[in-house]
Amino acid sequence: MSLEVCLRLSRGDFELAVEACLPARGVTAIFGPSGCGKTTLLRAIAGLEPQVCGRLKLGDETWQDTDYFLLPHQRPVGYVFQHAVLFPHLSVRGNLDFARRRSGDGPGPGFDEVVELAGIDHLLSRATPNLSGGERQRVALARALLTAPRLLLLDEPLAALDRQAKAELMPCLERLHESLSIPVLYVSHAIDEVARLADQLLLLADGRVEASGPLVEMLTRLDLTLAGSEEALAVIEATVSAIDTDYHLTRLAFAGGGQGRELWLPGDRLPVGRKVRLAVHARDVSLTLQPPTQSSILNIIPVRVDALSPSGPAQTLVRLRAGEVPLLARVTRKSEAALGLHAGQALFAQVKSVSLVE
Amino acid sequence: MFTDADIAALLVTLKLAGLTTLILLVIGTPLAWWLARTRWRGKPAIEALVALPLVLPPTVLGFYLLVLLGANGPLGEHSLAFTFTGLVIGSVFYSLPFVVQPLQGAFAAIDRGYIEAAATLRASPRDTFFSVVVPLARPGFLTATVLGFAHTVGEFGVVLMIGGNIPGSTQVLSIAIYEHVENLEYARAHWISAGLLVMSFALLLMVYGLNRRFKVVGP
Repeated sequence: MSLEVCLRLSRGDFELAVEACLPARGVTAIFGPSGCGKTTLLRAIAGLEPQVCGRLKLGDETWQDTDYFLLPHQRPVGYVFQHAVLFPHLSVRGNLDFARRRSGDGPGPGFDEVVELAGIDHLLSRATPNLSGGERQRVALARALLTAPRLLLLDEPLAALDRQAKAELMPCLERLHESLSIPVLYVSHAIDEVARLADQLLLLADGRVEASGPLVEMLTRLDLTLAGSEEALAVIEATVSAIDTDYHLTRLAFAGGGQGRELWLPGDRLPVGRKVRLAVHARDVSLTLQPPTQSSILNIIPVRVDALSPSGPAQTLVRLRAGEVPLLARVTRKSEAALGLHAGQALFAQVKSVSLVE
Repeated sequence: MFTDADIAALLVTLKLAGLTTLILLVIGTPLAWWLARTRWRGKPAIEALVALPLVLPPTVLGFYLLVLLGANGPLGEHSLAFTFTGLVIGSVFYSLPFVVQPLQGAFAAIDRGYIEAAATLRASPRDTFFSVVVPLARPGFLTATVLGFAHTVGEFGVVLMIGGNIPGSTQVLSIAIYEHVENLEYARAHWISAGLLVMSFALLLMVYGLNRRFKVVGP
């Protein structure tokens, strides 16, 4: 099933023209700088922008067409606004009941399941104006889920929160990702959030789609702005394969990596078999033609050069493949010449630091 | 202390004010909601029409209503002049801004976000109105009800023009006072006047006390 979007909106200087076919599963991040139309697109999908014209289909269900417009309350979406927007005249339970009573007969997550997922059991009888920012967002998320949505729309739910509140909400969003099969569109302008939560990425710039595709590929595409940024990173999905209790290290095998393609991570608290996401920043990867035998760097991975792209006057961005898994390395042009880097070349990537995405 | 005629005037007054307020809440609520939400270019004209009774001498309003409702008007022999029904119609026009303006203010103050949130929670526009808008506008409804009621109790000019002074039918308290003064019955005029003064003050005190955060329109 997929979400077919072909929407246009003109408002003063701003023009939105989005054409995309997004897989309706997992988390799709809508990513781009402020003012590029992310929120407007999300609102248009929810039916909250009546001036938007075009077509919109979820699976074989049409929500909007040239002469057809399903009103917001008729669309099976759950929407979490940036500022939660809880009803002030209702308690937390009242807010949840508001959604539950109107959810219809569609199959959806149960009340207890949602309350547990959001971790708001102890808040049910509280008045909403006294909740903290993080608590408000969790209630808003639970409320949206109780409408039994077929598509969940999250509009920068973390943007207005401080570090502490983010740390509370993030695990909640991850549990949602793992335990419910509702497709999610997640608007964000923070690449670390996206790296942690998203499976697919839709890049927006100036109201238009720059590119869309699987997160792992999109992050390492040299023709996109993401890879060119200072924070450029690759995401590796890996599984904990062993714990070294002597040195307090965790060994991770990564999918599609093949033999010998594993990474070590400091710490020993993760259970064997746990799936995790690792972030490897381009600036933390260096290249060597021979595997070093006397190095303090633990993570040395055999890779093949996939493509090169200049990055500023002095540097080159190199896309590598460890088996199927793409990685990025940022090296100086001098090193590029010294190593004779070219596409197809086999060499070794030394990864100075790997971090769990969290 | 109060004569039978005074009691009858009190009952007519309360009945008139109660009925007028009820009618105004029924027609004023959708009108105020529409005024608060519309972007129609003609909106200022409607707002000015609604506000007219605030500035117009009540006798002007009463005069036109008499022309419209009287025996020489379009209603002919079904004239509503000098009837209680006529009084109710006059009062509805006269007190309209006192109900519509607080409601419009309360509706306009409601963040659009709540209405959008309700829509994404599957509430139809009608459902949203009753389950979100009305509860959030409760201070506005209280103000509108009390002002509409109190202002109708205090009306004089319109009543005199179209209702006359028929005891038990169209004689209201304000007219009873006027008549007592005309007849030099100052003591009786005092009783009713003081009673109205105390009641009006108590009602307004209630509104301001309950709606501390809320702006009340002035006459």
